[in-house]
Amino acid sequence: MAELIAKTPFDGMAPVTHGSVTLREVDLGVLTSIAPLKGQGKAAAAAFKEAHGIAWPAPNRATGKEGGRAIWFGRETVLLAGPHVDARLAEHAALTDQSDGWSAVELSGADVEDVLARLIPVDLSAATFKRGHTARSQVQHMNGSITRTGADTFLILVFRSMAGTLRHDLERAMASVATRR
Amino acid sequence: MRLPCPICGARDVREFYYQGAAVMLDRPAPDAGVEAWDHYLHLRENPAGDLEEFWSHDAGCGAWLKVVRNTVTHEVKSAELTAEVAR
Repeated sequence: MAELIAKTPFDGMAPVTHGSVTLREVDLGVLTSIAPLKGQGKAAAAAFKEAHGIAWPAPNRATGKEGGRAIWFGRETVLLAGPHVDARLAEHAALTDQSDGWSAVELSGADVEDVLARLIPVDLSAATFKRGHTARSQVQHMNGSITRTGADTFLILVFRSMAGTLRHDLERAMASVATRR
Repeated sequence: MRLPCPICGARDVREFYYQGAAVMLDRPAPDAGVEAWDHYLHLRENPAGDLEEFWSHDAGCGAWLKVVRNTVTHEVKSAELTAEVAR
């Protein structure tokens, strides 16, 4: 059996800084999408809370913290990032391993909202998009997931095959904002 | 143009995919006859005014929406989840 070495989507990319904003790759651990079966929404939410100690997120919200995060991921879908999902949840929901399907980056710094405003057609300003808020939207032309994890920190997910494009688009926006300071 | 997704809130139209007039829920019975099926598959009204149509929030929550839009002014009057309309 060949010895296979797992590569992350950005293959160990070193953090990139333009102006005040820094882009770095994040290894979220295991990713599992949890989609409650028809009519089982409440039971799935309760079972999830009991199994993982993290509240089931409402639409457009994320719960938990680094190492164990539950991110609303679409209509009646939540993404668990970090721990292996408790198999007992299969009674109430469809569980799908997505670990190799997504690339994740963290974008942080004082001008982070200005950078994201160039790429994402959603108001991400602190007044309307607070810590723990999340959105499914587009990053430039890619479908993605955007979550505010701190005062000036965002977690961004796009499909794994788009990792290079995500880095390109984010770096261009970062450089463009930095140049105008 | 912005569409008021019942789940995500008002979002830019670039996040949506347009399906067309909202006729899919009125599927004729299998034995309804050629004329009814021909009408269902091929014939569409082309109103200058309010039109019920389906949009998919592809780049957002993924839900199908039934939207009432004025084809003359592009005013969007309502948007509801197709899953709830169908029930």
